Formats: sequence, C-alpha cells, structure tokens
Amino acid sequence: MKRLPLSLVLGGLITGALVAAALISRFWTPHDPVGMDILNRLKAPGDVGLLGTDQIGRDVFSILMAGAWTSLGIAFAATLIGGTIGTLVGVTAAARGGWLERLVMSVNGVLFAFPPILSAILLGALMGPGAVTSITAIGLFMIPVFARVTRGAALQIWSRDYIQAARMAGKGQALITLEHVIPNISAQIIVQLAIQTGLGILTEAGLSFLGMGVSPPTPSWGRMLSEAQTFLSSAPHLVLAPGCAIALAVLGLNLLGDGLRDLTDPKRGSGA
Amino acid sequence: MPPLKKFSRQIAGLVLLLAVTSLVIFLAIEAAPGDPAQIMLGTNAQADTVAALRAELGLDRPLMVRYLAWLGGVFTGDLGTSYTYGTPVAELIGERLRVTLPLTAMATLLAVAISLPLGVWAAQRPNGPVDTLASVFSQFGIAVPNFWIGLLLILGLALGLGWFPTGGFPGWGAGWLAVQALILPAVALALPQAAVLTRVTRAAVIEVTNEDFVRTARAKGLTRNRALWRHTVPNALLPVVTMLGLQIPFLISGAVLVENVFTLPGIGTLAYSALSQRDLIVVQNVVLLFAIVVMVVNVIVDALYVLLDPRLRGRA
Repeated sequence: MKRLPLSLVLGGLITGALVAAALISRFWTPHDPVGMDILNRLKAPGDVGLLGTDQIGRDVFSILMAGAWTSLGIAFAATLIGGTIGTLVGVTAAARGGWLERLVMSVNGVLFAFPPILSAILLGALMGPGAVTSITAIGLFMIPVFARVTRGAALQIWSRDYIQAARMAGKGQALITLEHVIPNISAQIIVQLAIQTGLGILTEAGLSFLGMGVSPPTPSWGRMLSEAQTFLSSAPHLVLAPGCAIALAVLGLNLLGDGLRDLTDPKRGSGA
Repeated sequence: MPPLKKFSRQIAGLVLLLAVTSLVIFLAIEAAPGDPAQIMLGTNAQADTVAALRAELGLDRPLMVRYLAWLGGVFTGDLGTSYTYGTPVAELIGERLRVTLPLTAMATLLAVAISLPLGVWAAQRPNGPVDTLASVFSQFGIAVPNFWIGLLLILGLALGLGWFPTGGFPGWGAGWLAVQALILPAVALALPQAAVLTRVTRAAVIEVTNEDFVRTARAKGLTRNRALWRHTVPNALLPVVTMLGLQIPFLISGAVLVENVFTLPGIGTLAYSALSQRDLIVVQNVVLLFAIVVMVVNVIVDALYVLLDPRLRGRA
C-alpha cells in the first residue's frame, strides 16, 4: 500500500481533534463556558482548570472548546455556500464560454475587490454584526476563489477526448458537466474546501476580534483575543490559548488540503 | 493582441468594474438603517430640524442624483463631510493614509526582504534542511493570525523588553519615534505575507531552474550563482509579483486588524470606528478607496508582466 503523505496524517489528526472538540462541546465541556466565577478570575493555567480562567472567571479550556464550534461552524458554512456557488459558476463558465464566461470573470473581479473584512464592514452597516453577516462576508469572497479554480480545472477536462466522445453520443453541456466534469475535478474542489475553511477560520477570528462576528455570550476565539488585550501583561495565558487554537486549526486544515493534493495529484505534490 | 490595445481594453474594463462596484457600495450604504441627519442631531431632535439638515446635506434628492453627485465628488476630491468628525471626508482619509501607506509599504518591503532570499535559498536544494525550515515557516506563517502576532510582539518586545511602544502614533513630526511606532505593526503585517511569498518564490525558482535556457546558460560556462541571479531569479519573479498583487486584499484586511491592535490612527481604524459610530459616509468612501486600490493594483500587475517577462516584451 502507498504510504500516506505526512501532511495528510498530521492535518487529518489536528482537524479531527478539532472537529471532535467542537462536537463534544455541544453536550459536554469541563466547565460552563459562559458561567461566571468572579472569585476565580484571571487564574493561571493549572491553578484553576486546564488553561486557567478569564477576567470573569470562565474556564478558558471550556470557552476554547465551545469556540471551536463557532469558528468551525461559521468557516465551514461560509466555505460550503461560497464553494457551491463558486463551483457552479466556474463549471458553467467553462461549459458555456463566450460572453457568459467574460461576464462571470468580471463579476469575479468585483467580488475579489471586497476582502471579507471590507464586505463585513459594509454588511455590518447594512444588517449589524452576527453569524449571518460573518458567513455572508466570508462566503462572498470564496465565490471568486472557487469559480477561478473550478473554471481552470473544468476547461482542462473539456479538452479531453472522452468529452468529445460524450458529445458525439449526443449529451448536452449540462449532462457532460454533471457526469464527467464535476467528478473529474472533485479532488481539486475538496482540496480547496479544506484550505478555504482554514482561511475562513482566520477571517472569522479577525471579524470577532473587531467585534463584527457572533455576539456575546456566544464563545468565539477572536473575541477571546480582543478581550484579552486588556490583560496582556497580567494574564498572558488569555492571549496565548486562543491564538494557538486559531493557528492550530488553520495549520491542520492547510496540511489536510496539501496532503489531499499530494494524494490525488502526486505530480504537483512535493515538487512544486 | 498588441500590448497597447490590450492595455486600453483593460483600462476600459477597470472603469466599468469601478462603476459597478461604486454603485454596489452606494446602494448598500443607502439600504443601511439609520438616517444620517437623525444621527447627527440625536434622537431628541425636532422633525423639522432633521428635515432641514437632510435638505442641507442633500439627502432629500433622488437616489440617482445623489449617486452621480458622489461619483462626481470622487473625481473632484469632494467626498462629503463626516457626520461625527465634522471634517471633510477627503481630508480625514488623507490624514489617515499618512499612517496606513507607510505601514503597508514597510510591511510589503519587509515581506519581500524575507521571502525572496529564503525562497531562492530553499529552492537550491529541494527537501534539504533550508527547504524544510522554509516550508515550516510558511505553514506557520499562513496559519497564524497577524493580529495575534501583533499581540505577541507587544507582549514580548514592548511590554517585556520595552524596546517599542505598545501602540499609538506620535505623528510624523516626532521623526524616529514615528518610525519606531510602525515597526512592530509592520512586522505583524509582514509575516503572513512573507510566508505566502516564500512558498511562491521557492516553487517559481524550482520551476525556472529546470527550464532549457537556464541549462543553456550553465552550459555556456556561467557559474551556478551567475545563472541563478541573471537568468533564474528574474524569470521567477513573475509569479511572485502576481502573488504580491493577489495579496493586496489580505494586506488591507490585515491593516484594519493590526492598526486596531496597535491603536494606530490609520485608514483601517477609521473604517472600523466609522462603522461603530454609523458614520456611513466615511464607511462608503473608505470601502470604495479599498476597492479601487485592489482593482488598480491588479491592472498594474498585469502591466508589470509585460515589463518583467522578456518573452512578452519581445512581442511588443
């Protein structure tokens, strides 16, 4: 049997652990992630709880677990929505070509000019902060990313002989896209899903850090960091824990994406 | 297509894109809840006072007229007056750009200064020790949020060692102190960029090294180093420049976050505070400015292609 790429194993383990933590947090955390305990505020890691407590005595490890659900949930929802729309747009553009393709690429250009933080500012003005704003802002930016990747990949498939054969057999563009193009580019789509979910986590953290993400008391890694700013010198563990969680999550998903790419396309793997 | 025709076509496309983008921004801000006149006067204001201010601000004119007036103002530099600061928006933006532009420029220079040598070095021996180190650096650099790097830098170098201020900006009149205030934010902003660029540089150099013309150069008797710097690196710069252009949206997002961490009076903090104070006219103009920057940089990157790629230059 072929040896699995190291990045795939590492990425899979990290991501798996994170998803498990997020799921478990739905019905169990060591302490209540929103329960205050003023007497035990700003305790160092190990003194109270595994990672100490925050400024109102909440257990940091429990908030991290519950925050994993928020971060992963928002990032994954945004990537799934943006990825689905982007993929549909990309494969349609590749299949139809002509003015439609040019139009799609132009709209892509407009969307790409709006980094998530920017569209979140615009959307925040429109509908206030919250999970929906975050998902929309992140998802919007994913559309051009996925459209670009899938269009490029789909165009390559369209030049293959078996597509000619399918055409000769009288199949239409939609059917060929469904039966031949999408299955053949699914590996690239899955790789992008992993990598973009990682970027989504990074962006969600940034939005929550600015106060444009989910509203309190819903736990979120980004807001933990923004609250920890005030206690930077007195309780540095409050800055270290959520930052490590974010970095680990993004690292895991990136490694997973790289590993999947190595697995499905060995040529593009370690060489370049 | 001849370069000049291609270029003019791109400019036309850019103008069209900007028109659409500005309309989207305008409509989004229009649809946003909150009447500017009401916000400026407070909730206790009389209805006729509010109406008078609305008329004074020109808010009672039809939608299309206001859009065109705004667009016209963008060209003449009259972007309206901030609801909360009471100063012209153009002046406000100009003032804030004096922090954000040097910050992003410093960050970009730093990122290139780290990633170019590191990427080239890593590419010399793929999977060697330097390459492994570079790849670990880029994996972590991409994963670590820049605002967290900012917080760690404050914790270690500002609070801990006291080498840098923890935040704030003394103004350019303060000379070295002003530069010093931008160093940590620039490092925080640069590291994720450097991580991405290192990856791209390494891949590009490896690819070009395997090309025929590099082998020819070596066969002609050029030393390994000379072939590298005369032939390989210049040709590998293309994807690096492209990536620099593609990174602009992230640089802008990063600036908003990092300026916030270091409480720098830049364009990012302006956008953020304008949003929380519902100073929508500022939000509208700042968002447009960011969008213009991203789009214009994309066109410039395309144009640079012709300048950097000897093959494309030959066709011109």
